[in-house]
Amino acid sequence: MATSSNLHSHNQPEGFLGRMADWVCDLGETVIDWVSGLGDAALFWLRTFGWLFGRLPRKETILPNFYQIGVLSLPVIALTGTFIGMVLVVQSYVQFRSLHLETHLGAVINMSLVRELGPVLAATMLAGRVGSSMAAELGTMRVTEQIDALTSMGANPIHYLVVPRFLGCLLLIPPLTIMADFMGVVGGAFYGTYLLEIDSHHYWENSQQFVGNFDLFAGVFKSLFFGAAIAMISCHRGFNCDPGAEGVGRAATTAFVYSFVTILLLDLVLGIVLDTVYYTIWPDAPTLF
Amino acid sequence: MVQATENQNRWGQPLVKLERLGVRFGKNPVLRDINLSIDRGETLAIIGESGCGKTVLLKTIIGLLRPTQGTVLFDGQDLAALSERLLTRQRIRFGFLFQQAALFDSMNVAQNVSFPLRQHTLKSSEEIQQTVLARLAEVGLPEDVVDQKPAELSGGMRKRVGLARALAMEPEIILYDEPTTGLDPIMSDVINELIINTRRQHPVTSVLVTHDMRTARKVADRVAMLFPLTRLRPDEPQILFDGPPDEIDAARDPRVRQFVRGEAGERLMEMRRRNRS
Repeated sequence: MATSSNLHSHNQPEGFLGRMADWVCDLGETVIDWVSGLGDAALFWLRTFGWLFGRLPRKETILPNFYQIGVLSLPVIALTGTFIGMVLVVQSYVQFRSLHLETHLGAVINMSLVRELGPVLAATMLAGRVGSSMAAELGTMRVTEQIDALTSMGANPIHYLVVPRFLGCLLLIPPLTIMADFMGVVGGAFYGTYLLEIDSHHYWENSQQFVGNFDLFAGVFKSLFFGAAIAMISCHRGFNCDPGAEGVGRAATTAFVYSFVTILLLDLVLGIVLDTVYYTIWPDAPTLF
Repeated sequence: MVQATENQNRWGQPLVKLERLGVRFGKNPVLRDINLSIDRGETLAIIGESGCGKTVLLKTIIGLLRPTQGTVLFDGQDLAALSERLLTRQRIRFGFLFQQAALFDSMNVAQNVSFPLRQHTLKSSEEIQQTVLARLAEVGLPEDVVDQKPAELSGGMRKRVGLARALAMEPEIILYDEPTTGLDPIMSDVINELIINTRRQHPVTSVLVTHDMRTARKVADRVAMLFPLTRLRPDEPQILFDGPPDEIDAARDPRVRQFVRGEAGERLMEMRRRNRS
């Protein structure tokens, strides 16, 4: 962009009008880049869906990806869930105790975990652990012509490389989210009832009263969108990787950053939609206080 | 020079035909008005300095890149007009040896060589294993490399595994992208011998892109020299020479003779002038 700016400045008149012309040129170029980037990403999605519904990949391409995405992510997601559950209790206990509402901690923490923190943290960990790795792997394949080699041997790279990763993220993020939820609930309950000696019976009773099936469904439902976004963004970044080690590094970093921002945006939008659905179906739903 | 005359007499008709082919990346044209015909059984070497568009030409022939102008006719069919499915069918008729071999890192040698067989044939595991071993033997690799990963192999071995993979489906045409680049002189000549042997053993048309004149002279029936568009006048053709390798030394264009002799001439001064401007 800076280069194009410099180029423009040689051809444009000096002064205010010249600077305005430069600015308009740069803005136009940025808009065109954005639109063509979005169009490229949309075509990438369409091709992936075309192959997804056209022909499923073979077992030998699906299983290693599922193992990498699901099984190897399980420990780190379980650990994160456990600690987040415990940290939430630590952070909220003093305030709740000052109001003599510490037995309501379970409701607040478990609701936060199941609806928000479980899905978002599981997705963030997946974006960091799997998304960056997918972008770097596919980026390296692009740079070293392995993707061209696939195409030259009559294998479609989207069908062979993207569809198994997409399926892995889409189908395995719900169980990973449930695992994050479960470990968070267990971690919170352990810290609250054993170490802070909150009454166990009321802790669980309040949790049961306020955390319903819809909350669990909402979290898992959102996670499906997060998983699809992580896979598509990471694969797209890898496929469009710039040459060289720097290009691969940038692909891995942008894959995580774009995935994370998309997760937050989707979380907000889906949160609003699901809340609207919830209060439409159950207008007299119980409130916490 | 290879003894390909018999094959040429038998076939003779063009297998690949490039008509007014042009490729540009954004605002940068790389190929312009290329007209080239490659006969069945022929071995064509495309030579030229780095950045002149040799690899782009090779990738356009197999349909990895789409031309922005003109057509690529393979066996009479315009590749750019084919659907992805039909293009895939045509690509199976090609073998491609990439510059750095482009072996799949995550697979071992056997899985790499057998990849196209597993993708496109219904052969049993035993048959595939036999084919893999036969192809590896053909390129002079021992059986015990089958379990090795590409990262464990030397540059020459990787190239040979790449060649074995390119041969796996018994293609009608093999495209070699800089087959000897980065190899020592002995291994370069081994690759040259393998290219010649491949043509002796299989009825195959070969197109190789190289800037190694030794390879071009030893392997090719015909040599075409490309010149970078950035240093060409608008009215000049991009192919400066098209003929048998033994006539290239006496080419009329001094730029061809300069390339063949490997002389820098005024090139350094020209590059400095260009950078200054």
